[in-house]
Amino acid sequence: MLLTGFFTGAVLALQSGMTLDQFGARPFVGRLISASMIKELGPVLTALMLAGRVGSGIAAELGSMVVTEQISALRALGTDPIRKLVVPRVLAGFIMCPILTVVSDTVGMLGGWIVALTQLRVSSGVYWSAVVEGLFIQDVYMGIIKPFFLGIVIVTIGCHVGLRTSGGTQGVGRSTTNAVVAASVLVLIVDFFVTRLLISILF
Amino acid sequence: MRAKSLAEFGLPVELAEAHAPVVLFDKVNLSFDDKVILRDVTFSVRAGHTKIFLGASGAGKSTILKLMLGLLKPDSGTIWILGHRVDLMDEAQLMRVRHHMGMVFQDGALFDSFTVGENVGYKLYEETILPLEEVRQRVDEVLGFVGLAAHVDKLPSALSGGQRRRVAIARAMAARPTLLLYDEATTGLDPMTALTVDAEIVKLRDLEQVTSVLVTHQLRDAFYVATHAARRNAAGQIEMFEASEQKIEEADFLMIREGRVAFEGHASDLRTSKDPYLKAFLS
Repeated sequence: MLLTGFFTGAVLALQSGMTLDQFGARPFVGRLISASMIKELGPVLTALMLAGRVGSGIAAELGSMVVTEQISALRALGTDPIRKLVVPRVLAGFIMCPILTVVSDTVGMLGGWIVALTQLRVSSGVYWSAVVEGLFIQDVYMGIIKPFFLGIVIVTIGCHVGLRTSGGTQGVGRSTTNAVVAASVLVLIVDFFVTRLLISILF
Repeated sequence: MRAKSLAEFGLPVELAEAHAPVVLFDKVNLSFDDKVILRDVTFSVRAGHTKIFLGASGAGKSTILKLMLGLLKPDSGTIWILGHRVDLMDEAQLMRVRHHMGMVFQDGALFDSFTVGENVGYKLYEETILPLEEVRQRVDEVLGFVGLAAHVDKLPSALSGGQRRRVAIARAMAARPTLLLYDEATTGLDPMTALTVDAEIVKLRDLEQVTSVLVTHQLRDAFYVATHAARRNAAGQIEMFEASEQKIEEADFLMIREGRVAFEGHASDLRTSKDPYLKAFLS
C-alpha cells in the first residue's frame, strides 16, 4: 500500500512536470498531484490493492471453510455464518479502507514532493502551497467518502464468492481468482457511480 | 447444564419422554438438477434408539443427515425433528431446533484456527449465556469422556485422524444434545481407532441417553454399535458389554440404494436377508 502510493505520487510528479513545462507552469505540480491523488488515484489504487490482498484472502479462507464443511458445522452448531464471519469482515473493510486511503494519499504526496524537489527543482514551500491550493474541501470529502463504499464492495464480494465455493481445492482457487476479478472491476464501476453521485451532491 | 430448557425454546417438553419419535421422515424427495438423490424416503427414529443408514458411497445417506439439520430442503415430503417441521422453517427458526442436535461431520470439520478446547466449547461460548468457568469444566469433562483431556490446548492440525474424529464427537456432545448425527464417523480410520470411536457412540447413547443416527458403509462398526451397550460399574468406571436381545432391537438398520429405502430391520434381519444386493453388500 505504502509503496503503491509512494511511486504513484512520484511518477505522477515526473509525468505532469513534463506536461506543465510546456506551459511554463512547473510550480503548479503540487496542485495536480493533490487533486488526482486525493480525489481519484488514492481511493481507487488502495481499493484495487485491497481487492488483490484482502478480497482474495477472504474468498480463499471462506472457500476452504466451505469445502471442509466448517460452514455446515457452524450452522449445525447454531451459529449464523453471516453474523459470525461476514459482518465483522464487512465492518473491518468499511472502517479500514478509508484509513488506508488516507495513508496512501499522504505517502503519494510525499513521493510527489521528493520528485518535485530533486528532479523538477520545485522548492518545498511552492510544492506544498500548491498542494493545498489545488484542493477544495469537497475534494477531500469525496476522497474520504468513496473508500467507505469501495471497502464494503471488496469485502462483500470476497465473502459472497467464498461462501459459494464448490468443488474442492480447485474450487477454492477458482473462487479466489473470481473474487479478485469481480472486486477489481466492481471497484472501478462503483467508483464511477459514487463519484457522479458525490459530484451532484457536493458541488 | 443447558442455558435454557426445552420449554423456554418453545419446544414441546413431552418429546423428552422415552420412545417418542425424535425424527420422522414422510415421503421425502430430493433431487439436484436432473439427478434424483432421495425418492419417497420414509422412516422414524425413537428417542434413545439408534438408526443406522447403510449404503454405497453417493447413495444419499449423508444428504439425509443434512436434511435433518435443515442444511438442505427437500423438494417434497415432510420432515419432523423434535416435534418441528424443519422442512418449513427458516434459518432463524432452525437455529432453535439445532440447539438440541449435534452432528459429527465426515472429516470432523473442526475449526482449524481454534484450539481443541475452543472447538469443543464453541457452542457453549458462542450460543449460550453459561459462565466461562462452567464452559471450561464442561469442555474438560467431554474431552475426558473421549480420552483427549491432555490435548485441550492443541490445534486440530496437530492431532491424528482418529483424535480429530473424537474431538468432533466431543464438540457435538458438549451442549448435551438430545439427537446426535454421525456422518461416516469411522471411515478412513484403522480398525482399532474405529472401535474406540464406536465405543464413544455407544457410551453417549447408553450413558447420556442421546438418540443416535449413524451413516456409514463400515459394516463392522455398524454391527458393533448395534450389538454393544455401555454402563457404569460400581466403581464408577465405564464398561462395555454385549447388548441384550431387547437392546439390540432398539437399533434399526436402513439400507439406502439409489435414493430409495431398500431394506429396514434389525441386525438379525439384515444378516439373514436373502436379497442379493444386501448379501453382496454384507459379504
